[in-house]
Amino acid sequence: MALLEVAGVARRFGQLQALAGVDLAVESGQIHGLIGPNGSGKSTLMKCIAGALVPDTGTIRFGGRDITTAPPAERARAGLSIKFQITSVLPALSVYDNILLALQAHASLGSLIRSSTCRALHERVLAALDHVALIGRADDLAGVLSHGEQQWLEIAMALASGPTLVLLDEPTAGMSLEERRVTGELLLPIKRQCSILIVEHDLDFIRDVSDVLTVLDQGSVLDTGTIDEIRQSRKVQEVYLTRV
Amino acid sequence: MTEGGLDGPLRASPQQAIAPAETAARRPSTIRVLEIVLLAAALVLPLFLDHFWVVLATRTLILCLVALSFDLLWGYTGIMSFGQALFYGAAAYSAALLARDLGITSIFVIAPLCTLIGLVLALAMAWFLLLGRYPPSTIFVGLGTLTGAYAADRLARGWYYLGGQNGIPSIPPLTAGGYQIVEGFGYYYLSLGILIALYGVCRWLVRSQFGLVLAGIRQQEERLTFLGYRVQHFKAMIFTFAGGMCGLAGALAAFHDGFVWPNMLGVLLSTQIVLYVLFGGVGTLVGAIVGVASIDYVSFVLADRFPAFWPILLGLLLLFVVLVRPTGLCGLIVSERERVGRFGRAPMAARAPGREA
Repeated sequence: MALLEVAGVARRFGQLQALAGVDLAVESGQIHGLIGPNGSGKSTLMKCIAGALVPDTGTIRFGGRDITTAPPAERARAGLSIKFQITSVLPALSVYDNILLALQAHASLGSLIRSSTCRALHERVLAALDHVALIGRADDLAGVLSHGEQQWLEIAMALASGPTLVLLDEPTAGMSLEERRVTGELLLPIKRQCSILIVEHDLDFIRDVSDVLTVLDQGSVLDTGTIDEIRQSRKVQEVYLTRV
Repeated sequence: MTEGGLDGPLRASPQQAIAPAETAARRPSTIRVLEIVLLAAALVLPLFLDHFWVVLATRTLILCLVALSFDLLWGYTGIMSFGQALFYGAAAYSAALLARDLGITSIFVIAPLCTLIGLVLALAMAWFLLLGRYPPSTIFVGLGTLTGAYAADRLARGWYYLGGQNGIPSIPPLTAGGYQIVEGFGYYYLSLGILIALYGVCRWLVRSQFGLVLAGIRQQEERLTFLGYRVQHFKAMIFTFAGGMCGLAGALAAFHDGFVWPNMLGVLLSTQIVLYVLFGGVGTLVGAIVGVASIDYVSFVLADRFPAFWPILLGLLLLFVVLVRPTGLCGLIVSERERVGRFGRAPMAARAPGREA
């Protein structure tokens, strides 16, 4: 059984059919790439999986549990984590506190009031910051970080609580070539800890990090397979690559 | 998670990174200095004031409790509440009824009971406004609390049992054991003691990890939801706690003034509380105190010198401060970094080997 199973998910915004019955399966320990032209429904699908949107029809199962209508907090507690396309770090909090917030999301009320989480999670905060090379900026406000650093901070937040599946919506958007390379280096070792579903426009980047690719077009799955299979897919070549 | 760490130009040297934090750690806290100065002034003030001013200062201390409760909601959590006067006034009316109809005047009964009334009312309101499936908008909560305060005001004005427009007069003095606590020194120090205790609780709360969650909710509520926080529960908890604070303040006000009237639970007082906190400095507990004290004092002076048009002058002053300095008077001397705080955590520089926080 796949870790994440999306079956027949459809979502309409007025006259626009953003998703038209998408099927998708993400296996454990896999980096699953999701590509497609603008408007193909990638971000809408991510939002449906994360709980920001509820699909009109279809089901989403995570770890064998139906989460189609579960609120976002419940999905996060079940081990689903997301990094949004638009950076949403907490700008007026320190970099350290951003990570700590992500780590203590499941802590009890008592431990939050006693602040025992601060001591208990200190080493894990440092490890998470070290992983994204932000340990030296721990006391800085997140809002003063560069765009690339904010993206890394948000990736670190998404990974901090030890999720089983991380949704990354365009993690390299607005990054320089060097920053993209570094982001790729960050993601590869994580595969041993959790699965990743990643939406990305940069085809070179996604080819380097993904095990499996799904191509969306006009709200439907065009094809799914390994990088080589997608590269040789006639459907993808005809419909997708000619437009990109 | 340390595996796969980065090398090269992206990694900052620890010395480079720690330097600014170290400087910040050594700088004396402006907020702490302000707190100590205000505390010292509040402790000795009655010794230099006549009875009239002590009574006026006691009212200010009681209103500070309500302002603190609003600051917890708006300044620290991002909940816009126009309903603080509802909890304050409802508890004040309850205290007046307990004294008038049941002869209960003991502070040991009145204080916990009125706090409970504030808590229960706030929890009931939170149930409707905050505990839905998805987080409500600021406007929805603002209008909901405003409606509640307005409805309570109308109810009090129209209900004969509550004294209608005139309210409930001649409330007997508060008692503690065999002693009566009447307005003046006794009531001033009682109110000050309660304010100090609750200020301490609020200070501890907003600097705890619970406070960090509140700060997160204020900045990016949706992000916290996706991290797994049940945001509505946190909001309902702090809303209820703030309601309890208002309840206690209402009981103190009822026995201090000796009467209660509908203006104590209406929109006017609720709006006044919002202005107090915005004027003093939202998001700093001490700002709420500064706001109440300065507006109360300036109002009195303006009313004395310009009896015909003092409300216009006061309004212009409030408008000027809120527009020019959205962080209020405290924003003039308290930096943004200090206002945000560290939630009980020493800066990384202070945690470096060989140093103790």
